[in-house]
Amino acid sequence: MENRVLIVGGGLNGPALALALAGAGLPVTLIDARPAPARAEAGFDGRAYALALASRRLLQGIGVWPQLADKAQPILQVKASDGRAGEGPSPLFLHFDSAELDEGAMGHMVEDRHLYAAFLAQMQASPGITLIHGQTVVAQDITASGAMVTLANGDQIKGRLLIGCDGRGSGTATRAGFRRQGWAYGQTALVTAIHHAKPHQGIAQQYFMPEGPLAILPLPGGHHSSIVWSETDAQARAIQALDDADYLTALRPRFGDFLGEVALAGVRFTYPLSLSLAESYVAPRLALVGDAAHGVHPIAGQGLNLGLRDVGALAEVLVEAVRRGEDIGALDVLERYQSWRRFDDTAMALGMDSVNRLFSNDNSLLRMVRDIGMGVITRTPALRRAAMRQAAGLSGPLPRLLAGQAL
Amino acid sequence: MQTTIDPAEVAKFEAMAAEWWDPNGKFKPLHMLNPCRLDYINAQIAAQFDRDLKAPLPFKGLRLLDIGCGGGLLSEPMARLGATVVGADAAPRNIPVAQVHAEQMGLSIDYRHSTAEDLAAAGERFDVVLNMEVVEHVSDPLAYLTACHDLLKPGGIMLCSTLNRTPQSFAMAIIGAEWIMRWLPKGTHEWKKFITPDELYDLIRKAGLTPVDRKGMVFNPLRWDWSLSDRDLTCNYVTASVRTG
Repeated sequence: MENRVLIVGGGLNGPALALALAGAGLPVTLIDARPAPARAEAGFDGRAYALALASRRLLQGIGVWPQLADKAQPILQVKASDGRAGEGPSPLFLHFDSAELDEGAMGHMVEDRHLYAAFLAQMQASPGITLIHGQTVVAQDITASGAMVTLANGDQIKGRLLIGCDGRGSGTATRAGFRRQGWAYGQTALVTAIHHAKPHQGIAQQYFMPEGPLAILPLPGGHHSSIVWSETDAQARAIQALDDADYLTALRPRFGDFLGEVALAGVRFTYPLSLSLAESYVAPRLALVGDAAHGVHPIAGQGLNLGLRDVGALAEVLVEAVRRGEDIGALDVLERYQSWRRFDDTAMALGMDSVNRLFSNDNSLLRMVRDIGMGVITRTPALRRAAMRQAAGLSGPLPRLLAGQAL
Repeated sequence: MQTTIDPAEVAKFEAMAAEWWDPNGKFKPLHMLNPCRLDYINAQIAAQFDRDLKAPLPFKGLRLLDIGCGGGLLSEPMARLGATVVGADAAPRNIPVAQVHAEQMGLSIDYRHSTAEDLAAAGERFDVVLNMEVVEHVSDPLAYLTACHDLLKPGGIMLCSTLNRTPQSFAMAIIGAEWIMRWLPKGTHEWKKFITPDELYDLIRKAGLTPVDRKGMVFNPLRWDWSLSDRDLTCNYVTASVRTG
């Protein structure tokens, strides 16, 4: 029997893992509940990802970066500061400049429509990947020798290993009986894109407001930015209900006038924020990747970057196991992935959680502490570079694909 | 599969196979050691026969004997890498257990209740002989290694691992693994029968083989895993020897 890997979930982590595994010779079946997308390129809707440098390397390794390179905006500087609506940023803030890193840009902004299109085209061109669109998994069965999923249409598909890339509400994890821990933040992210009169110069801005963080992330062309704006649930509901003009009026004082006149340029999305950690990432013949394992607070865009680190680590563990002659579904093989990733993911999830709690707060003492802390990091080159390497995804034991090496 | 198993017995053997293959079960120490052993075995076979371990089925065309195969912890990886595998074990109860597991995995492995000496006498010949964690248990190591020599085709390679006879190995294998951790049943090992690397090289040469490499296998209690070492052969170690003529 062949070493087929079943991947449930066709978002971004699933396709990335499918491409990494198929590239190393493992046959993959990817099951996506969404229907096959139309071939025509989707229009601009403002949704975008901040890809850390390490994530960009992984995309290079699995062959999708060439299609994205000219559609991506390099992040040349990151500025983070404390703020209060109407007051603008505090004088003490974090400032990172890519010129200080040997590796170049700390990251890239890539629009969701381009990213998924590139993954899809690459999967369709990959003979080792069987794509199933528009089918949900209704049952899964794990035996000593393999994993089998039953689709809504009754089809049954067998493999050696089942991987859940099906998000924070992972059906794969639920059917396997994995317990989860987590909580809602009482915050909702408002996401949209703006057009601004002054160029962004490749600078990503993050303001920590008492209501929740606001990120302004540079998009290609110089005059568009993606806005990720967190507010309390009630406030977010109220803002989302406003018409475009009033929405903009609510947004404008929150980030001052350094970008000149602004106008809405994208669809307005909302995402309730919550933390959701699976108590285990693996079981015999089963593994969870990305949000299915750890749905984090999306501060600093670390959700996709963490997911791609999982992808890089799991692909490396599995390919190494194949070359060693091991059973890729064996628990001791999968535990290598879990022990590699779980600490990093949990630390990141809880780190994001505490950053959010520390900053989403108007206590004057906390404000002083965090302003001084950010000032100290900004003025200390070694600390600053360490924080930048963390943000660029270059810290910790890196999977080979994220270090720019082949599997 | 050559041997037919009584269907009534299959469930029992499947349960025993599940026990052999549970990475956190009775054979946990072997599962923990396995990646390290496999890395050594694979690298040595690849070097001897000029194979690329990144290619599919790198060991295709090689006939391999796994002596003391147990539940098939080494036989199965070798079969997955493309070798034609014979697994031999002196304990008859291990054979059907290994057989049902290979069948579950869709692997074709020829498991036999037999010994190195019997297979050599029957004229069986192999490109590779795996002789892992066996030599410290046999009564006459030289006779046993001579049988291993006879089992190899000219140009063939034998991988042999065992335990060094040092205070460290006494502490680790007897006190640590058997008495404290209870990884192994008390009395699994008899320290006096452990063999130093130089003694093993001497025996291997007397058996007619040429030793070509040796490495330590070292347990790191902080990382809780095993790795290969060029210098530390004080406890577990593994050797490669070839039959030149």
